[in-house]
Amino acid sequence: MEDTVKEIIAQYRGDRSYLVPILQDVQKALNYLPKDALFAVSAQLSVPISRIYEVVTFYKAFSLKPKGRYQLSLCMGTACHVRGAELIAGNISDILGIKEGDTTADLEFSFETVGCLGACALGPILVVNGEYHGHMNIAKSTKILKKLRKKGATDDEQD
Amino acid sequence: MMSKIKSFDELKRVQESLKAGRDPKKPCITVCVGTGCLAYGTQKLVDNFREELAARNLGDKIDFRTTGCHGFCERGPMVIISPEKIFYQRVGLADAGEIIDKTLLKGEIIERLLYVDGATGEKIVHEDDVPFYKKQTRLVFGLNSKVDPESLEDYLAIDGYSALGKALTGMTPEEIIQEVIKANLRGRGGGGFPAGWKWDSTRKAKGEPKYIVCNADEGDPGAYMDRSLLEGNPHLVLEGMIIGAYAIGSSEGYIYVRNEYPLAVKNIHIAIEQAREAGLLGKNILGSGFSFDVKINRGGGAFVCGESSALFASLEGRAGEPRAKYVHATDRGLYDKPTNLNNVETWANVPFIINRGADWYASIGTDNSKGTKIFSLVGKISNTGLVEVPMGTTLREIVFEIGGGIPDGRTFKAIQTGGPSGGCIPEKYLDLPVDFDELTKIGSMMGSGGLIVMDDRNCMVDVAKYFTNFLVNESCGKCVPCREGVRRMRDILVDVADGKGQEGDVELLEQISAAVIDGSLCALGNSAPNPVLSTIRHFRDEYREHIQEKRCPAGVCKALITYSVDPDTCTGCTVCAKVCPTGAASGERKKVHTIDQAKCTKCGACREGCKFDAIIVR
Repeated sequence: MEDTVKEIIAQYRGDRSYLVPILQDVQKALNYLPKDALFAVSAQLSVPISRIYEVVTFYKAFSLKPKGRYQLSLCMGTACHVRGAELIAGNISDILGIKEGDTTADLEFSFETVGCLGACALGPILVVNGEYHGHMNIAKSTKILKKLRKKGATDDEQD
Repeated sequence: MMSKIKSFDELKRVQESLKAGRDPKKPCITVCVGTGCLAYGTQKLVDNFREELAARNLGDKIDFRTTGCHGFCERGPMVIISPEKIFYQRVGLADAGEIIDKTLLKGEIIERLLYVDGATGEKIVHEDDVPFYKKQTRLVFGLNSKVDPESLEDYLAIDGYSALGKALTGMTPEEIIQEVIKANLRGRGGGGFPAGWKWDSTRKAKGEPKYIVCNADEGDPGAYMDRSLLEGNPHLVLEGMIIGAYAIGSSEGYIYVRNEYPLAVKNIHIAIEQAREAGLLGKNILGSGFSFDVKINRGGGAFVCGESSALFASLEGRAGEPRAKYVHATDRGLYDKPTNLNNVETWANVPFIINRGADWYASIGTDNSKGTKIFSLVGKISNTGLVEVPMGTTLREIVFEIGGGIPDGRTFKAIQTGGPSGGCIPEKYLDLPVDFDELTKIGSMMGSGGLIVMDDRNCMVDVAKYFTNFLVNESCGKCVPCREGVRRMRDILVDVADGKGQEGDVELLEQISAAVIDGSLCALGNSAPNPVLSTIRHFRDEYREHIQEKRCPAGVCKALITYSVDPDTCTGCTVCAKVCPTGAASGERKKVHTIDQAKCTKCGACREGCKFDAIIVR
């Protein structure tokens, strides 16, 4: 982990003004921002850990908790909202038993709502691990969750 | 890789030789690969085209180009066949072979891929005849469909960087600033501040170095024109920035772009590398002695970072909190040095002003708002997409002539403009010309250009609640009026939507609004009450219905509605019973179904599933 942080910081030549992009890259590499990684960034950039904590809790893109195998992002931009995204959010929360922003206890699903993805013609949009599913509705979201649950289980068996 | 271009004359020679090497009559297949079209899975179509062309050995005879967003996102994936400019829409991912064989090799039109005009039912063959495009003035955005964003050659072949050459060799910095002032270019990010005056202040400010920054932190939900420009034509934005840097006397620039825009980040990265290699960026640009370079910084996803001082804090690697504005950024901005911040679309307008002159530019638009504006037309609209029109075009023209009106036979209710800082505009104002000043008069604003259309099934209290909730989450928390005031407003709106509204709530909302507007530090707080105030102003009755009559006429606010089955239209198809997650909807096949109110969670699944519109929401 220390090496990952070192590599990323080297790409930015240790420039402290790139703290936000550095943390973005660390999160991308490690799936979330574990405490040790934050201390490593702090030590290597000579930025106090309090400043780093301030930054990672300020920007929504950062997560201090591990994310699930399937990361669901539901677009809640205005266009998606007026097309009923809130009903879909309710459905996903009901099925997974978690609030938006949380991860299921088995670490299978993380569910978050995001600001506009800028693909409004396809709204409402659900993104699953980076893959866009457009014209989302309640029934389709139920089906996708069922499919992912099944896929997760078979992938585990194969492991 | 292009070798360094050392003078304006050499640039002209490179442009000419690139143009000479291109036969305008040679067939070319163009596919839009903007983020919107990629979301349809268009990459597969691109791969198919490449494979099918290779399999037929047509690589030399037919050009193939991928471009950024064309704007007509509703109809993606889109393919344009040049030189005829045949327009195919909603193209199937496996249609590549058929298009090559029929249209390119035999000259046949594939009827099923043509656009059908909703008004006349007529099938339209050519891109220019599609009403969506025909009524636009695609000055800035139109170039997107002419260039592969990853190709500097493409940009040079449409005379790209000519404005830079002209500025560096034939104009003094002061002359450039005067030209931009005369053109009355105003900031496209929403503020509408005259760009020329800002440049002038930064140029005259004391302190070195001077920075210029491109604001690509497009945070307005429902607006994506900046992303589409940056990912579709990055060299145009870069050219505008370099000209601005020369005029201002800056050697260092930043592009602050949302991390959620990976394609824009990638394409601007490529463009910067290419421009450096070609001597258009870096030391001694075009042999003029002027040096300037640009760095990219990815934002952390905070709406408030679109505000200049918050953006600078974020660029410096800190939390994005704004500061009081008694010192202007033009004097002390990034790292406390003179800084000129303009939005993506503003920078993209600059090369046009230099190339064609301030008089020409100022001939487009209204008295105080010049040029064109790109709008993102989204929500309950037939033609979702990006639309570029001269300033002063009416909302009605945009919604009904370009946008094709409201889909599914519903009726227009309101249009929301200006994002979370703007407001909702009812039908009676649809003939207002859209520019920086007109919409402000009725309690909204043009903002960065998001236009969200709503129909009779959208509730205005719910919309106000939505934006207020958004702003509660995005308020940085530094100043009390915004942090606490907007939160209280949200709480009241939640109560109203939950049927717990009380007499006097509307007046209380108005009072808190006044305090938030007066007392907040930055524009986020100053404008946060706009969505609430504008809905109160134009839809006061709807608030009254929620508070006094405890009903939501649009059928949105869960606590105030019930789902029931219309016995006259129900066919007993059992779909509602199948999709209902709680067993509230039930009934026998071919008999009228019922909904048990005690079990119903109002999730909406039955209404969504019913093909006969037999679920009544009241």
